[in-house]
Amino acid sequence: MSNKILEMQNITKIFPGVRALDDVCLQVNNGEVHAICGENGAGKSTLIKILSGVYPEGTYEGRILINDEEHVFSGTSAAEKVGIVCIHQELELIPDLTVAENIFLGKYPHKFGVVDWNEIYSQTRELLKEVGLHRESQDEEGRQVKPTDIIKHLGIGQRQLVEIAKALARDAKILILDEPTAALTETEVETLLGILEELRSRGITSIYISHKLDEVMHIADRVTILRDGKSIGSDDIKNITKNDIIRMMVGRELTNLFPYEDHKQQDKVLEIKNYSVQDPDIPGRFLIKDVNIHANKGEILGISGLMGAGRTELFTSLFGAFPANSVGDIFINGEKVSIKSPVDALSHGFALVTEDRKRYGLILGMDIKENTTMASLEDISKLSVIDMNQEIALTQELIEKLKTKTWGVEEKAKNLSGGNQQKVVLQKALLTKPKILVLDEPTRGIDVGAKLEIYKIMNQLVEEGVVIIMISSELEEILGMSNRIYVMAEGRITGEFTAKEANQENIMQAAVGGMV
Amino acid sequence: MNSFKKYLKTIELRNFVMIGALLLIWVVFSTLTGGSFLLTRNISNLVRHMALVGILGIGMTMVIITGNIDLSVGSILGAMGGLAAVLHVWYGVGTYQTIGIVLLVSMIIGTAQGAIISYLKVPAFIVTLGGLLIFRGVQLGLTKGISIAPFADTYKIYGQAYIAPSIVWVLAIATSIVLFLLDAKKRSDRIKYKFEVSNFGIFIGKNVVLTLIILFVAFILNSYRGLPMQVFLMMLLVVIFTFVTQKTTFGRSIYAMGGNFEASLYSGIKVKRNLVIVYAINGLMAGIAAVVITARLNAGTPTAGMNMELDAIASSVIGGTSMSGGVGKVYGAILGALFMASIDNGMSMMNIDAYWQYIVKGVILVVAVWFDIYSSKKA
Repeated sequence: MSNKILEMQNITKIFPGVRALDDVCLQVNNGEVHAICGENGAGKSTLIKILSGVYPEGTYEGRILINDEEHVFSGTSAAEKVGIVCIHQELELIPDLTVAENIFLGKYPHKFGVVDWNEIYSQTRELLKEVGLHRESQDEEGRQVKPTDIIKHLGIGQRQLVEIAKALARDAKILILDEPTAALTETEVETLLGILEELRSRGITSIYISHKLDEVMHIADRVTILRDGKSIGSDDIKNITKNDIIRMMVGRELTNLFPYEDHKQQDKVLEIKNYSVQDPDIPGRFLIKDVNIHANKGEILGISGLMGAGRTELFTSLFGAFPANSVGDIFINGEKVSIKSPVDALSHGFALVTEDRKRYGLILGMDIKENTTMASLEDISKLSVIDMNQEIALTQELIEKLKTKTWGVEEKAKNLSGGNQQKVVLQKALLTKPKILVLDEPTRGIDVGAKLEIYKIMNQLVEEGVVIIMISSELEEILGMSNRIYVMAEGRITGEFTAKEANQENIMQAAVGGMV
Repeated sequence: MNSFKKYLKTIELRNFVMIGALLLIWVVFSTLTGGSFLLTRNISNLVRHMALVGILGIGMTMVIITGNIDLSVGSILGAMGGLAAVLHVWYGVGTYQTIGIVLLVSMIIGTAQGAIISYLKVPAFIVTLGGLLIFRGVQLGLTKGISIAPFADTYKIYGQAYIAPSIVWVLAIATSIVLFLLDAKKRSDRIKYKFEVSNFGIFIGKNVVLTLIILFVAFILNSYRGLPMQVFLMMLLVVIFTFVTQKTTFGRSIYAMGGNFEASLYSGIKVKRNLVIVYAINGLMAGIAAVVITARLNAGTPTAGMNMELDAIASSVIGGTSMSGGVGKVYGAILGALFMASIDNGMSMMNIDAYWQYIVKGVILVVAVWFDIYSSKKA
């Protein structure tokens, strides 16, 4: 069985000031699903970028052997040539092209130089079927992805599946998936795991990077654990438990993944009445229909639902940033407010941490302090002149409070790991001293240790009197942290549960539209 | 010594290369011209020559930092020059009233363009391309295709006068002292808040070098006739807008908008309003430049400002401003303008045909941007 398809030997990669990888070894057998686990900043993404040629030869030390033959990659295309295809955490589809154009990007089938569109569309349809995006039969959600759909009109989860279809089109021998399920709903995760199993039966090797250990236990044959840039160990999955993996990842035992606290619920702070939002693309259609919800001081309010249920759209619209008209009333502390822009929202103490932190949250080229104070510039300035000392001091305070890992307030946001970037976005939201803080997928792509830290921060904020509204696609997280839960489906509220009432079944039932 | 090396690292590599390249071409030109390039008279000429593009470059840099462009400033400059001449020469409007009207109208033009870009969402390239044509037309219409002269002496001051050497010395010394005090305050604040500071020797050394440079520049200019008024205006504007971009909430916001427009919007930055203000400032810069050029030429002409928007863009970009937005410094545009003026001036002194100046400047523009891309990849 031990026919190694891939071996990475003694890989060391040094960034200015940081040893990202230190003598890391990885052995992957032919035809297996090999999981790589580790906390954020453990070096997983760096290792993968070396393997897939993003960091070309010469920028690191060590050797890469494929079928016992040494290879050096001058770039990603060189790696693709030997069958290594990587789906990165940051999706790399071109938003303005169609699904089919993206899938066959750079290798359009052609006859005498003329692109054969019929061939492309029929092959794309097959690939979409394979990844569960195109169904022949009618389904209850009524939406399916066509080869001619424009990528930017798809949700983030659908895009992920298109990425996988794109890799399949490239005849990958070694398929690398970096946090593939971070943005997916439960059904899509199942589809994806099903696809991986099918690929395994076809003899394709997969390298699977994920924080979701249940998935790892379910799908992987073997697992390698990284910690602080070093390889800690490798083993067959059947010889190892979830707790073993966690212990190796963090170097300590994690007793409680969700530090649930039964906060004392107090007065209504936010109330939404008869709120509807139009579809910006289709006139006359409503994305959000007649929503009535409220949030109380002293609670973590969970918002659950499947992808496309309209959760993000609802709260982006309430925040005044959604590009479509809305009707309905918003009350904050019993007072009717009008929110037409994020400026209004923030002035009413309503803050939003978006799910897509690179697009809506951070200015990657700016440093931590500049990002942190971005939404509070008026508060730290006199006569419009920024008090730079106060800026640094406030940022340092927040870095300590959130335990953001960085060498200093002047580190650029783009150099931080995903978890620390998320903390910087949180720092920015917290500096506005919000009364209501909406967290949209707050722990997406973040490792177990950092998740726990974020949860603890949420609890602490609730104790300080902030209303936390948490939108999450992870059922465990919704159940583990929320004091009260709303479920959305197709733009409506289809269920409301207290922490005691809620369980996986009744939430799922509400999430698919309240009907069985 | 170690801390000195550490200090060097905090200065951007780009500034070194920029200043190195400037010194290099100066050495080359002085050698090739037998030293006449470095005559104080020529240097005074050179800085007067760069002032116009420098002033336009200040506004242009802010526009480009927001991720936009303004192609209309050359035409606005021309049209405002025409307006000034018509008002002042033909209708006998006084110097200060004329200048006031010109600055106000130029700012209104900038505001209007900014509002169309910001609120009606027409791409900046198109709006200002339209502006380029429109205001060129206005310029021709106002001047009726002829040069309008002469201007009063009180007006000509802004393009022809020199600040007397004695006042220049006072200004130079005062500037040095203010800069030193500001730096000392910053240092003591950082110590108070327990932030990292460079060691005392470097702090003193840096300020001594800076003071020497300021005094040296004053000495050179004073050896000819003093500080040209338009250069003084440019320096004043650089100081003002360096402060605005580096220290104010508005300045921080325009960098944020260029760095990530959506994230800025989500952070509650008044993105639309800020963009209008940036264009208003840029219009104002064109107005100031119009006053300077009419004063210098002592005439409103139908061709003034032709292609000057391109020089302004080039000096911003050579000065390190990124066309994709979010990156750049106002003083960079001045370095860029100085660079291009040096090339123009040096090549003219060597009697090289004018067409070569275009070719060389074009090559330098591309090389400068390539260097930016190359060095940011390496970092």
